[in-house]
Amino acid sequence: MNLDTLAKRLDLSCKCCWEKLNREVTGGYTGDLLSDVMANSKAGDIWVTRQVHKNVVAVAALKEHAAVVVVQGAEPDVDALEKATAEGIPIFTTNKSAFEITGLIHGLLREDKA
Amino acid sequence: MQLHEDERYLQGRYEVQGRDFVDAGLVSSLIKKALKDKGIDEDVIRRVAIVAFEAEVNIISYAESGTISLYLLPDSVVFEAKDVGPGIADIELALQEGYSTADDTIREMGFGAGMGLSNIKKSSDVFEISSEVGKGTCLRSVIRLDGGETPGEGDGR
Repeated sequence: MNLDTLAKRLDLSCKCCWEKLNREVTGGYTGDLLSDVMANSKAGDIWVTRQVHKNVVAVAALKEHAAVVVVQGAEPDVDALEKATAEGIPIFTTNKSAFEITGLIHGLLREDKA
Repeated sequence: MQLHEDERYLQGRYEVQGRDFVDAGLVSSLIKKALKDKGIDEDVIRRVAIVAFEAEVNIISYAESGTISLYLLPDSVVFEAKDVGPGIADIELALQEGYSTADDTIREMGFGAGMGLSNIKKSSDVFEISSEVGKGTCLRSVIRLDGGETPGEGDGR
């Protein structure tokens, strides 16, 4: 499933890199500890987090994540959005909790693979 | 610990400033790009990126400044980080997952979970670390280009 479809189905708000929304999402990872995400997430994952600072983009770019989803109605920092634009990492926001959006994303990806 | 001295294989040397969280990950991304340009295997790059990011963040979090050097040997990538800083009093303890001396500022950003050094060790085929309290810390990670041993089975110090 690509980012565009996933974002529309889950009503995610895209904050940057609209031109990258045809990118495929192959999996997902949820976490706020950057070392945990560095160690355990995979390329192509959509990363669900409550962190909003610029270092999130550094991790997402290093891991080649498909995109980042910032939860709980939080807004990414301005310099995070600038870096995300430069690195080509779309950032989405949602009012849902990490628990809820992770479950929904998981369901959609599983349905897509079935 | 003797640092690598064979400059023939040096791929890059990078300075890292302590407390400069704004640019955390910059050196790691330069290292990743350098290895990609050399056509290095994706799994090797993935492991080096983890080592580089954690070492970079450690320098930023705890040291005054540091130098990261990357060597590309015929059979391995050698990553070295040397910092000027407080050093580590008990390396065994620092290597335990979950142990951290990070302050609240560091933790609020999602760093300081006590996973950094163990992530580096798990991603390395050979891992060495030495430290002197009040002076600084040196670490070396060797990642073999042929895939090496199972990650996590690094031979320690």
